[in-house]
Amino acid sequence: MKKYVIHRLLQLIPVLIGITFLTFLMMHFAGSDAITEMYADKGAVSQEIIDAKKAELGLDKPFIVQYLSWLGGLFTGDMGVSYVSGKDIFETFISKLPATLLLTLLSIVATIIISIPLGILMAVKQNKVTDYILRFCSFIGNSLPNFFVALVLMEILAIKLHWLPVVSTGISLKSAIMPTLTLAIAMSAKYMRQVRAVVLEELSKDYVVGARARGIRENVTLVKSVLRSSMITIITLLAISIGSLLGGTAIIETIFMWDGVGKLAVDAITMRDYPMIEAYVVWLAIIYVVVNLIADLLYHALDPRIRLGDGK
Amino acid sequence: MMKKIDVKKKMIFFGILVVLLLLFSVFCDYLTPYDPNEQDLSIAKQAPSAEHLFGTDRYGRDMLSRVIVGSKASIFSTLLLVAIITVIGTIIGIICGLSGKVVDVVLMRIADIFLAFPGLVFALAIAGVLGGGLHNAIIALAAVSWPKFARLARSQTLAIKEEPYIEASKLAGTSTIKMVFKHILPNIIGPILVTGVLDIGTMMMELAGLSFLGLGAKPPIAEWGSMMSDNRSMLATQPWIVLTPGIAIFVSVMIFNLFGDTLRDFADPKSSRRK
Repeated sequence: MKKYVIHRLLQLIPVLIGITFLTFLMMHFAGSDAITEMYADKGAVSQEIIDAKKAELGLDKPFIVQYLSWLGGLFTGDMGVSYVSGKDIFETFISKLPATLLLTLLSIVATIIISIPLGILMAVKQNKVTDYILRFCSFIGNSLPNFFVALVLMEILAIKLHWLPVVSTGISLKSAIMPTLTLAIAMSAKYMRQVRAVVLEELSKDYVVGARARGIRENVTLVKSVLRSSMITIITLLAISIGSLLGGTAIIETIFMWDGVGKLAVDAITMRDYPMIEAYVVWLAIIYVVVNLIADLLYHALDPRIRLGDGK
Repeated sequence: MMKKIDVKKKMIFFGILVVLLLLFSVFCDYLTPYDPNEQDLSIAKQAPSAEHLFGTDRYGRDMLSRVIVGSKASIFSTLLLVAIITVIGTIIGIICGLSGKVVDVVLMRIADIFLAFPGLVFALAIAGVLGGGLHNAIIALAAVSWPKFARLARSQTLAIKEEPYIEASKLAGTSTIKMVFKHILPNIIGPILVTGVLDIGTMMMELAGLSFLGLGAKPPIAEWGSMMSDNRSMLATQPWIVLTPGIAIFVSVMIFNLFGDTLRDFADPKSSRRK
């Protein structure tokens, strides 16, 4: 078990190198850089100042040298300083994490609370009125862009009803309600359908028919057997969602001024703050490896027939 | 049997809606009640009225006209994007399916990484690196969205590769290229096209999302996502300016999703029965 976990964590290294190299390469070919962007609006700045500034940041060196020195820094725990603010990248990044973690946690919990019971209800009431209404809601939810939902919620809950602050006033539960709701609406719409599909599939299996024949109460079968066997599919889906939520929901965080890594990334991207973008990409790679590892460990815990360490 | 006819009718109905939507965006320039770019500050920020059904924006431009014209950028760039990822994904998938182990493993590993990474977030990074603009947004989303199609095309190719008719055609000395076009592609294209159509709605939302963040279409191009973010500050005072383009996205996405769903049910009746 321990060996397996270590083996999987070691995979982080090639993923990390591959993905950061690609990002560096793209940034290099994209041409522009932080200094050019910074001085773009400030009118005429002499070429010497620009060159000096670039030399200071090492932007004049060949691409591969820049990359290797950055990579060397990464493995010794030094991610450099922001081209824009001059602050330490690592510290800045860590300071934005709690907001994103909180939002991820809240919206996943909200999604589970909404979608699992409703999905099961849909499956049990298959092709009845309840099912049709919920399917309709799920369909609508699937066709709504999240930024539109965010703006509508803002208009109703904050501007018309004055229940909530329009934009985040710091990391508090009250400020978290609207972003959480926005994310949960979109995810629940998707999950309700999926939960319904897996539960329906389980319900048609022989053991359920058998349980029914033996007179076991439907609710007991549902909770004890069906839900448990449907868990694997649900966890796979949740793992993907948690992964992308931890990456920061750039749009939602930007709309609600929620100070997380998604907003940080958007800001870094618009300012071409390369070390910050790279830090973000490293974070994505870590999420990718860790979330997949945890999902695999959970599969094993839920269904011991699934072996760890098979193949990959 | 009844069911099948029912699905077919539904599919034709939604298909007509899609065609109407497409025709609408092709001829959008002729359908606007006002010039979408004409500024008239004396009528700026008017609420929806009989003359201006969707109101006017801060430059006094008619919102209805702008939403109508926005359909061109929003819908066509989405279709272009879906076409690109379908074609590229299919080509890579067929290559993986037909070629030897090394190529297959390498390409599929790359596809896995892209599949596992949160799509929009990674697209954001690519769009950021390339800089804004609708073209770059399309490239960014294409870069992260092709693997789904590659996986599908690969598994389909692998499934039919061993079929006797392929073997027979191979023995008859058909060249690989000819075989791909004559036998493989026609047999695997169905599910790929269905997936492509089902993807249009999602892609439209993601593209609009990038534009909303300022990494896609830029003003003055009328595009729904960027129109919404452009006017975001006016949500409290003039909500119609912000929300009408959103409704346009919602309606278009819904039409494409409805068509995609029925198309899938038609192509694969089993899935509709399970539903």
